[in-house]
Amino acid sequence: MVSSMKDWMQYGDPMSNPYYPYDTYNVVYDLGFEVYQFLGGIVAWLIDLILPGNPVSEWLMSDAVVNAFSIIILALVIFLVIFVGVLISLWEERKVLGRFMDRRGTMVGMKGFMQCVADGLKTFMKENTMPKKIDKMTYMWTVSLIIGTSVLVACMLPLSDRFFIVNFDSGLLIVMALYALAPFFILVSGWSQNNKYSLIGGMRAAESMISYEIPMLIIVCSVAVLSGTFNIGGIVAAQNESMWYIIPLFVGFIVFFTCSCAESERSPFDLAEAEAELVEGWQTEYAGMKWGLIMLGDYLRGFASCAMISIMFLGGWNVAPFASDAVNGFLPEVVQLLKGWFVFFIMIWVRVALPRVRIDQILNLGWKVFMPLSVVNLAIAVLLKVGGVF
Amino acid sequence: MMVVENTIDTFDSPSEERIAKDRYQTDAMWIYMGPQHPFSHGLWTLKVRVDGEIVTDAEPVIGYLHRGWEKEAENREYPKIIPMADRLCYSASMTYTHLYCMTVEKALGIEVPEKAEYIRIVADEICRIQSHLMWLAAVGTDLGNLTIFLWGMREREYWLDLNVRLCGQRMTTNYPRIGGVRNDTTDIFDRDVMRCTERFEKALWDLIDMIDSSSIYVSRMKGISRLTREQCANLGVTGPAMRGCGVDFDLRRDDPYGKYENIDFEVPVLTEGDTYARYMVRIEEMFQSCEIIRQAVRKINALGKNAPYRLKVPSKVPAGKAFCKLEDPRGESLMYLISDGTDKPFRLKVRAPLFTNISASRPMVKGVRVADVPAVMAMIDVCMGETDR
Repeated sequence: MVSSMKDWMQYGDPMSNPYYPYDTYNVVYDLGFEVYQFLGGIVAWLIDLILPGNPVSEWLMSDAVVNAFSIIILALVIFLVIFVGVLISLWEERKVLGRFMDRRGTMVGMKGFMQCVADGLKTFMKENTMPKKIDKMTYMWTVSLIIGTSVLVACMLPLSDRFFIVNFDSGLLIVMALYALAPFFILVSGWSQNNKYSLIGGMRAAESMISYEIPMLIIVCSVAVLSGTFNIGGIVAAQNESMWYIIPLFVGFIVFFTCSCAESERSPFDLAEAEAELVEGWQTEYAGMKWGLIMLGDYLRGFASCAMISIMFLGGWNVAPFASDAVNGFLPEVVQLLKGWFVFFIMIWVRVALPRVRIDQILNLGWKVFMPLSVVNLAIAVLLKVGGVF
Repeated sequence: MMVVENTIDTFDSPSEERIAKDRYQTDAMWIYMGPQHPFSHGLWTLKVRVDGEIVTDAEPVIGYLHRGWEKEAENREYPKIIPMADRLCYSASMTYTHLYCMTVEKALGIEVPEKAEYIRIVADEICRIQSHLMWLAAVGTDLGNLTIFLWGMREREYWLDLNVRLCGQRMTTNYPRIGGVRNDTTDIFDRDVMRCTERFEKALWDLIDMIDSSSIYVSRMKGISRLTREQCANLGVTGPAMRGCGVDFDLRRDDPYGKYENIDFEVPVLTEGDTYARYMVRIEEMFQSCEIIRQAVRKINALGKNAPYRLKVPSKVPAGKAFCKLEDPRGESLMYLISDGTDKPFRLKVRAPLFTNISASRPMVKGVRVADVPAVMAMIDVCMGETDR
């Protein structure tokens, strides 16, 4: 008997799959699940048509395989969404920067958006030069790890409580840990390039990273104190029940904003790649697509820090505290992205207005200003929590 | 006048003995900044020895742009050197052509019509303002901010437009002539000048607001790379860099050429001697130049439409020597002409202000951090065309 195509497609509830990896509903997993049910179902049906009763068709539609393919599609979709989000923030930077500086910004197609694509293609076509006397292994691996951690950080941050890759209870801590990895790779990469500018750039990256990582972590802790959890969804939910943490933790917001500018090597704090004195800093010897990916990695980190600020201080994907579910539940992913782009706009503004700070100034700022302020911020959070306000 | 202490040698860095003892010199390393480096505006190299982030020694290397200008001038007739003088420094083309014409006129022993002198003053000051604006733009990028660069360049365009109205060219103008200027001003030139200066004074305040009200800008410049008056004199530093160190001297006022003695203006002088003082002097000079331009244009108008603006001069210069100096946007430039009675100079020597100012880079950058080197060197407004000639 010939089976019908519909027999192979069981559009069920993805959560009824025994291998379903999450506790809560995930819209991207659902999408992957449906897509695989359709495509895999056709394939299984065709194989079954040729060889009736074969085990491969059964295997293709078994719970474990459906789950595996759903997760692959989920990863692809989330990466693509984040990637396009980063490209839009790149475009935003170019346009806003242009308007601030009394010029037009990029003009290539779709209001200048296609310039990002053109740049990507250009870096692909560039010759991949490499200096002779470098430590080739380190040179290649560090840049891969820098880009890899940047992609990981950006993709680890959920866009809403139904749009995520993982939902750890220690989510924010893991993001911070991944965030803190890159400067070490930058240090090693600067060392490996056999170039004095790269060496100084790498040293600067390590120096400034050490002085900014600690205030950032303390502020993450104060947010966790207020919300009672490191889980990103939990932090957003806690803000929905009380208020956005930008109001009680305004000091922390300012410090975290500045630190994340420094962390993602954005202009007033881009000492590691200060082009005026260090040519291109630790990126000097990277050419072609490697350099293009490093630039993309920078923007991924900027995008990630904007998303973190949105989650920690601006209520994440909720439109407003105490708003009805209908309001808050309407495209929360878009709300989160818009908030991220808004924070990125302020970062661009800072870049437009300020010159690059010197390394001693940045270290002074980090240790003598931001460190005490972040402790004050933690004290405020603890007092509010103990006083029963939150 | 306030006496500023010399603080250049009081940075904490390894002593010379310690560096000598260290066989492999692991503390210090030489960095070659240039000839292709974002900080060097033009082709030159600044070798800096750094100990960590602190510069302990420096050595400028020039000569990458040597074109044999002086030798080439010996093979050309006098009028044909004017466009070459434009190319000495494209952002100070008016002052160099003015200087050259002045030197030849001195050798010829002729008096230039009054109107031409005033037109030359207007041209010089337009040149000074656009040169200073380009300097300001470069300071922006050297400090790591692109906004100042683009705003400065935008303001500069208005002055280049004024150049076009004056002589039809934006940058290498080929405008002054031996015995006058090439053409008279247009009918509405005074209106254009008034509009441009009024607009510019407002726009310059925008730039000043952006820089001076930001503590990061000021902290990047204040107290860095101090020079004393004595050092300025010994190193031969001239121009705004010298006036920022407390030397109250400006050729336009103290040894006036052209008709500068009829014009009332102030020479900005600051005694701090640091990068910020040099910056402030240049900014104030732009305002003063606007004032000079307005006064000179009024004088041109008073002379009337039919006043002569150019003399006929012989093509052969009598044998002899002539020497002229002039306040360039970057300092004192000087030309020394030896003529042998033919229509070509026997020798034409140019003293470019930047040639000596760059040689002061060692004491200037000693003790600053690597990040300050571009900002410090930007303040002498490097132009390699005139330095290497």
